[in-house]
Amino acid sequence: MELSGAQILMQSLKDEGVEYIFGYPGGAVLHLYDAIFQQDEVKHILVRHEQGATHAADGYARATGKPGVVLVTSGPGATNAITGIATAYMDSIPMVVISGQVSLPVIGSDAFQEVDMIGISRPCVKHNFLVKDVTKLAETIKKAFYVATSGRPGPVVVDIPKDITDPKIKVPYKYPKKITMRSYNPAVSGHKGQIKKAVELLLAAQKPVIYSGGGVVLGEASAELTEFSHLLGYPVTNTLMGLGAYPATDKQFIGMLGMHGSYEANMTMHESDVIIAIGARFDDRVTGKLDLFCPYAKIIHIDIDPASISKTVKVDIPIVGEVKQVLEQLIELIKGSKVKPNKKALEAWWNQIDQWRAVQCLEYDRDSLLIKPQYVIEQLYEVTQGDAYVTSDVGQHQMWAAQYYRFDKPRRWINSGGLGTMGFGLPAAIGVKLAFPEANVACVTGEASIQMCIQELSTALQYKTPIKIINLNNRYMGMVRQWQEFTYESRYSHSYMDTIPEFVQLAEAYGHVGIRIDKPEEVRPALEKAFAMKDRTVFLDVITDRTENVYPMIEAGKGHHDMKLRVAQGTSTDRELA
Amino acid sequence: MRHIISILIENESGALSRVAGLFSARGYNIESLAVAVTEDPSLSRITLVTRGSEEVIEQITKQLNKLIDVVKLIDLVESDHIERELMMVKIKTSEHTRAEIRSLADIFRGKILDVTPTSYVVEITGPSEKLDAFVAAIDSETIIEVVRSGPTGISRGEKGLHL
Repeated sequence: MELSGAQILMQSLKDEGVEYIFGYPGGAVLHLYDAIFQQDEVKHILVRHEQGATHAADGYARATGKPGVVLVTSGPGATNAITGIATAYMDSIPMVVISGQVSLPVIGSDAFQEVDMIGISRPCVKHNFLVKDVTKLAETIKKAFYVATSGRPGPVVVDIPKDITDPKIKVPYKYPKKITMRSYNPAVSGHKGQIKKAVELLLAAQKPVIYSGGGVVLGEASAELTEFSHLLGYPVTNTLMGLGAYPATDKQFIGMLGMHGSYEANMTMHESDVIIAIGARFDDRVTGKLDLFCPYAKIIHIDIDPASISKTVKVDIPIVGEVKQVLEQLIELIKGSKVKPNKKALEAWWNQIDQWRAVQCLEYDRDSLLIKPQYVIEQLYEVTQGDAYVTSDVGQHQMWAAQYYRFDKPRRWINSGGLGTMGFGLPAAIGVKLAFPEANVACVTGEASIQMCIQELSTALQYKTPIKIINLNNRYMGMVRQWQEFTYESRYSHSYMDTIPEFVQLAEAYGHVGIRIDKPEEVRPALEKAFAMKDRTVFLDVITDRTENVYPMIEAGKGHHDMKLRVAQGTSTDRELA
Repeated sequence: MRHIISILIENESGALSRVAGLFSARGYNIESLAVAVTEDPSLSRITLVTRGSEEVIEQITKQLNKLIDVVKLIDLVESDHIERELMMVKIKTSEHTRAEIRSLADIFRGKILDVTPTSYVVEITGPSEKLDAFVAAIDSETIIEVVRSGPTGISRGEKGLHL
């Protein structure tokens, strides 16, 4: 079969089983768009800005586990995609980004819409390819998908010069079924000796804790993590990226850890004698001040990426491998072991943890006359029976969603953890809804974040992706304001917007339903109404208490045991209302 | 401590920039870098000299291994190895100094590659310290330019870095 480069790309995507491409046309990809026009197997989703394309593909990937596919043109198309590529890179999301490039003979001549995409994307991709020979195109696409989805996943850019896709030049096409690369062999199973040592340490523990992260979600190891944890009876804490990998309603779950984690999770970490870190990377938002991190603990660390091990925190027993496989290996050894977890020590440990739980670190003023953002998330949880896909942007609303929506399943909580990209939530929700048209998809956002990619409301209409946007509108960049309150004596430098659009009118202008909510008693009925409108995107503009802060909190330079808890409740806020 | 990391890498455009970019992005330091194709034209070999604590060097080798184009690498300092660097020095000469420079070059087993009425180009090969010593032995006023390849190295014995 002889095909042009453009046809080869489309055929390769079909052979790879790609369902959707998120993209935006332009000069360098016109041949490709012509090939898209002439087929209907791979569906193209036209976004309104290339950043939206990357986040939508990212949301699709996070929800399904399949790689997201993006197509952008050269120059500004490529640079606009960078934020979304970096977002996927930081959270290890499989993504293949096809960028157009100027024709080979003019590369390097500062041609119209030329940018060195290979150079610009290099620090934020798992790998990238510049295609210089059309006969290598199919193989390169195969490699891109292989690299993006195997090992520690990540985004891969394939930069394709325009002349490579020339419809007049046809070459034989064959898509490789399998590909091997001599320079790339990700580890699979863990080292047996290390696993044995880990089991010995785990079973000898008096104050153990299981600290699991996004790697468990990415590695589809949620069932194994749950079995492993139940077998041992040890407390489990999840990172922001790991939420849902272990059921939040399970009695062994002690909440998220880290900067805005629960008091009990952070205290448990601090006092523990053995930590098993599973698919987590000791991020600075998790560890707090490194010198103060878990002073009494021996640490076991399972990760597919050797470079994640002992990067910030020195570990005692490293195990490199896929978390799923390693957990299976651990479960088998624990089941076969004569030594059992120390019942007495564990009982004392759980008693201690229950005392920390009794602090009720997530309590807030439920009698306020203003809408408390926490209340909105709790109501969202109830109205969706805890079974929605929830995307978020970045800031206070993100933390509240993580704290108050109890995720029982993996891939339900979709947020930009590592890069912290405002503007992620809305396009990501579109990607999720395309993957799961029957599911409830909510985008929890704020009035600052939503404006960063709000143009995608137009995409949501065009492709009929009825999502529910819960805009926690506090008329501040809340997280910035919170830090300014705590560390800059309430000098609110540019964390306030003087001209916030009428979101209800804006949503309507985009062809959606807009509802404004001002009072606590309106929250529940509005949410019910919104989710009952199955075929409409609904924008809920929720006017919340603008002085509310995210608690508890580990402030900069402090350790897990030194959390700032909520003190007086409700007083200042209702004063403002009056 | 000083480490010599020897890397086998796919001989593809942009491969070197991945290595160099990794060092600048993560704040590691490169003292020297020598690159050339190997006997297998699809592979290049990079010899990279860097300094850092054990933890930093461990991260450097792990991060380098993570690069898709990197096939294999070793830290030569971990075992017995031979290190060589090539240097060419252009020196101003006069009737009075020529003999002295010639004998100095002899002592360092150097070669004189180019002669003009007013200059010599001397080639010296050896471990980096020997090259330093030669430069120190020459009157700095007379040095026109110094070109160094950066060290390359190979391990002793049968074992080697290959596919």
